[in-house]
Amino acid sequence: MHPFALLRAHDATAAIAAHAQDPELAFIAGGTDLLGLIKDRATLPARLLDINGLPDMARIDARPEGGLSIGALARMSDVAVHPEVRKRFPVITEALLFSASGQLRNMASIGGNIMQRTRCAYFRDEDDLPCNKRRPGSGCAARHGLNRNHAIFGWSDVCVATNPSDLAVALAALDAHVIVRGASGERSIPFSEFHRLPGTTPATETVLKRGELIVAIEVPPSPEGRASHYLKLRDRQSYEFALVSAAAAVAVDGRRLRSVRLALGGVAPKPWRLTAAEAALSGVSLDDPGALARAIAASFGDARPLAHNAFKIELAQRVALRALQIAGERA
Amino acid sequence: MSETRRAELGEQRVAVALTVNGRACRLAVEPRTTLLDALREDLALTGTKKACDRGECGACTVHVEGRRILSCMTLAAMQEGKQITTIEGLEHDGQLHAVQAAFIEQDGFQCGFCTPGQIMSAVAVIEEAKAGWPSAATADLQRPISLANLSKAEIRERMSGNLCRCSCYPNIVAAVAEAATRS
Repeated sequence: MHPFALLRAHDATAAIAAHAQDPELAFIAGGTDLLGLIKDRATLPARLLDINGLPDMARIDARPEGGLSIGALARMSDVAVHPEVRKRFPVITEALLFSASGQLRNMASIGGNIMQRTRCAYFRDEDDLPCNKRRPGSGCAARHGLNRNHAIFGWSDVCVATNPSDLAVALAALDAHVIVRGASGERSIPFSEFHRLPGTTPATETVLKRGELIVAIEVPPSPEGRASHYLKLRDRQSYEFALVSAAAAVAVDGRRLRSVRLALGGVAPKPWRLTAAEAALSGVSLDDPGALARAIAASFGDARPLAHNAFKIELAQRVALRALQIAGERA
Repeated sequence: MSETRRAELGEQRVAVALTVNGRACRLAVEPRTTLLDALREDLALTGTKKACDRGECGACTVHVEGRRILSCMTLAAMQEGKQITTIEGLEHDGQLHAVQAAFIEQDGFQCGFCTPGQIMSAVAVIEEAKAGWPSAATADLQRPISLANLSKAEIRERMSGNLCRCSCYPNIVAAVAEAATRS
């Protein structure tokens, strides 16, 4: 593995200052994505700052008003099995339990999960194939290469990669906020604004700036939280990234949808919220699958397939429909 | 690499104190040394296997503070003060752990390369079920799970992070089920 120096952080202010001053320093928490990237030479930091020793950053607080505060250093397993997370937001527990493996969920932090980088095979390739994320200006090997796993929404000619996080899809649907601390204090970033579309600068994947540290995720209370579901389709039954996934949460009046939260994974460079479909679904009966499907289609007018992934346009609509129906059964 | 060569490269050595299988160990490792490489190369505990080295196969599974993790995806220097258990730490006074015995009884391996990781994972799977942890195969997230409802589907899902290229999966599932019954 590429050599680096390792430092240990004991205090968040000092850690943030160190990160701000040093463009070759990276934070490390669980390490399950970062060490793989270093082994694949997709990123080569000179220094790693181990933030696992920072105090009070692994807490999971179930707020009295119905929301959650999840510390950035909480592990995926701890969040997934937390009784109040399971009860208030099953979509979060399911998104986590359908991710990775038992071993990785015990290691990986929540802050790291939403920072994880794409699984595009060209980006990860040790042979350094053209990739504008890896080496800006080198081209995109996936644009006209093997792109079955790539995006149908939000891609550009310089990058067609998808975001691999399942949790991020659930958090986008729930309008979570990312709480970030920098030298001048904290800011709260709405989840849908946290990840960027690639445009002409795909190497910049989030709005985080150097010298900023994710300290927590805040999930607001929502009437749809309890009737929620995460549905993930993949090429094997378990321990695989999503081909297409959907997070759905609903509130109902009888069998009619009163309000809907719906986001897709595996189809875009960021969690893809289906806002047009959400609006169109309001008032539709859960017993009318045709009407549900037509409302979901409202968000697919701007879907653009690549050479090998046109099937995702139909698949994603069916996954969204099924997720919605299962969430509806929980209402 | 010699110490002189390391010094020429200006490589840092990090002092780390760990407890491995109940024994206190002090190491001076390069920062980039994974826990896996420290166990195998520095402590000569070669029971833990190195296969993919990318967190994809589970062969390097060990326990840190009683939880299963992948030793290839963490740095030794990040484990300061931690209690680590490897496959060598399961047997006591010549008595195999119930999961080890069940793997022999059920013929849960062929070449054996993935077996230490499978067994370390299985020991933790049983503890996670005892603690009521649900999995992606759990039908109702609101109801606590116990060892009594650790079905074959549950075992398959919970063991999915451990690959076996000889494909002994049916016997591995049987071994975990047997060990769970005995626990």
